[in-house]
Amino acid sequence: MAQAAADTATGKRRARGAKEASMTREQLQRAYRDMLLIRRFEEKAGQLYGMGLIGGFCHLYIGQEAVVVGMQACLEPGDQVITSYRDHGHMLATGMEARGVMAELTGRIGGYSKGKGGSMHMFSREKGFFGGHGIVGAQVSLGTGLAFANWYRENRNVSLTYFGEGASNQGQVYESFNLAALMKLPVVYIIENNKYGMGTSVERASASKDLSKNGAPWGIPGEQVNGMDVQAVKEAGERAVAHCRAGHGPYLLEVETYRYRGHSMSDPAKYRTREEVQRMREQSDPIETARKALLEQGMAEADLKKIDDEVKGIVQEAADFAQASPEPPESELWTDILLPSDAAEGAR
Amino acid sequence: MGVQILMPALSPTMTEGKLARWLKQEGDEVKAGDVIAEIETDKATMEVEAVDEGKLTRILVPEGTEGVAVNSPIAELNGGGEAVTPKAPGHDTNMPQQPAPPAAAAPGQTGQVAKQAEDHAAVAARGTERREGAAKAGEAQAAPEKDWGPTKPITVREALRDAMAAEMRADDKVFLLGEEVAQYQGAYKISQGLLDEFGPRRVIDTPITEHGFTGMAVGAGFTGLKPIVEFMTFNFSMQAIDQIVNSAAKTLYMSGGQLGCPIVFRGPNGAAARVAAQHSQCYASWYAHVPGLKVLAPWSSADAKGLLRAAIRDPNPVIFLENEILYGHSFECPVAEDFVLPIGRAKIERAGNDVTITAFSIAVTWAMQAAEELAKQGIEAEVINLRSIRPLDTETIAASVRKTNRLVTVEEGWPFAGIGAEVAMGVIESAFDYLDAPPVRVAGLDVPMPYAANLEKLALPSPAQIVDAVKRVTYK
Repeated sequence: MAQAAADTATGKRRARGAKEASMTREQLQRAYRDMLLIRRFEEKAGQLYGMGLIGGFCHLYIGQEAVVVGMQACLEPGDQVITSYRDHGHMLATGMEARGVMAELTGRIGGYSKGKGGSMHMFSREKGFFGGHGIVGAQVSLGTGLAFANWYRENRNVSLTYFGEGASNQGQVYESFNLAALMKLPVVYIIENNKYGMGTSVERASASKDLSKNGAPWGIPGEQVNGMDVQAVKEAGERAVAHCRAGHGPYLLEVETYRYRGHSMSDPAKYRTREEVQRMREQSDPIETARKALLEQGMAEADLKKIDDEVKGIVQEAADFAQASPEPPESELWTDILLPSDAAEGAR
Repeated sequence: MGVQILMPALSPTMTEGKLARWLKQEGDEVKAGDVIAEIETDKATMEVEAVDEGKLTRILVPEGTEGVAVNSPIAELNGGGEAVTPKAPGHDTNMPQQPAPPAAAAPGQTGQVAKQAEDHAAVAARGTERREGAAKAGEAQAAPEKDWGPTKPITVREALRDAMAAEMRADDKVFLLGEEVAQYQGAYKISQGLLDEFGPRRVIDTPITEHGFTGMAVGAGFTGLKPIVEFMTFNFSMQAIDQIVNSAAKTLYMSGGQLGCPIVFRGPNGAAARVAAQHSQCYASWYAHVPGLKVLAPWSSADAKGLLRAAIRDPNPVIFLENEILYGHSFECPVAEDFVLPIGRAKIERAGNDVTITAFSIAVTWAMQAAEELAKQGIEAEVINLRSIRPLDTETIAASVRKTNRLVTVEEGWPFAGIGAEVAMGVIESAFDYLDAPPVRVAGLDVPMPYAANLEKLALPSPAQIVDAVKRVTYK
């Protein structure tokens, strides 16, 4: 691995960096493809937003791709994923179809929520993706509940509960830490520290300087991870998930990452310099790092190009579908408010 | 292939902006993600990033140009060519030349506004039809209010415990969690004996952290488990109301029907005795406001047992409002193993022809006492126990008013935007012509609950107030 990749966004050297080969070449190739899909998808979403086809809030994941792709590589069938409103990357990483996600962004019937949820509210029970939540911090208690369900059912599954460093100051996060530690619930708490909660830097929002220690009072082990390196994320993720699967209770990862775009589409980003963003893109880009590693391992440029073309095709198809799919019919206004009571049995 | 770069919308409200500065010039190579221009919007100066890569062959809008419409071409990459044309339904294909219409109607468009208002009314009417249709379909499925055979007197407390125990025996997905529900046997002894029978996996003591444990229970509900969350009192549910409203009630809709939450939130609601403002509040109106929730308020032991069993079986989030004072009261309750009551049906507790009195929870006790007093004075009141606040059984209420022509609503909560207002409006909408007097509300006074015994008594409704109200609407 390039040494630069072991430097985190803040330039601190990690005590536990990436091992030389925590991923096989096939795994890395897959991770490269998945990260690139998220990047290209988000760029297209930004473009469609600019054309007025996507409305409301739209929070892009560009720059943070290694976090979800690295963590997803640690999961088994039946494991659950839940996150906040910056969720497009998580959905694609869990294997949800790009076209269904994009059509939800454009508010069409072909979207995962039939156009009724939008960017911040999408779900796929089949893929173990439990949203997509618009209230900062709410998903932390909910994700603890997914872990509770695993505990209750006495299965081996683990809940990956993502939240930002901004949400990490919410009270219910600590109520959840306490519950999960008391009951030894199988939940990996993943703080995606992208340095800014909207326009407020982590230094101005958190008295805690090392967020990986925020679970310490409850005895929750934590570590800081270089979130710009997909292999480092996977390596730490494996440790965390194994801890949970073994019944040892929750685990906390502070993954240091960086979002290149604004908080949402309408963020003029005056709280940081263009140079800071440019420096991160040039020196720590997770996709570029993976690409270089693949080339060093002898992968041909032509094969990388094939991946690029495949991804481009998926995203273009998704964008076309998202524009061709009709708006939901008026009848959808009144569906899905309550389930019929006679479905109480059998439906679950 | 060449592409046109269009003026982007950089905020949900932007329709045009000023092209402040070009950061790339004609002939420059650009990569996806490069900042190519700065645009001043209605809110801020924003940077525009390239989406595609290639050579910037032509700049179509010079820097400094104001009022550039969203979606109009501003530059060409690789010689230009087809604009990436948005395919929004109802928009022309040459949309790039046409800025999106402003959200608010311009002056002179009152005709259009009127049309929109008409459309909205039509949509709302069709929705009401659909919902009523759905309610009727649901009623057809629900067990009719039948004679359940022999009864015996049990307390409301026992009825609630028996309901939970029966459903927990029937379905392993049902569990109870809350403060002091297990080892302490319940702060009000509602869960007495449940830990012994079902063990600590299914009867779970939580720390005093409503926000966290409610969110946890809702998350478990998303996976198909059926949690019963006990709030020591509903006053403390305010700590968790975000998880109840934003997570439990709305996720089914936001997920297009994928993710329901079969959960019951239960506990004592309203005033107990001498516990003052923060511990004496009725939450019926708060929760009944929310689409996606059902709200039940039992009065008798039969209500408590039959409705709690229905609530636990229901696939939707249900708010179950109990009353601390009623816990120790005994009522006759069917002994049948399979006894259950339908959600959404009011019960006529006492028939009468002169006035309709609606009430729920402990207010039914006051209404029944008032009815007895009124009978002595020759006025026969029909007392309707609402039981279900949402859905509200407007049909039963309206049918009664068509007979009595007079309505008094009773609740212990505040009058403003209360359940009485909703009941009265339902009657006005469906039986206005039958009313011989304006409806009257009897409710708690519009003040925080005082501690002093004399003031507390004044703040709560009484049978005497109900008698007075009935005399007003009957002009006696």
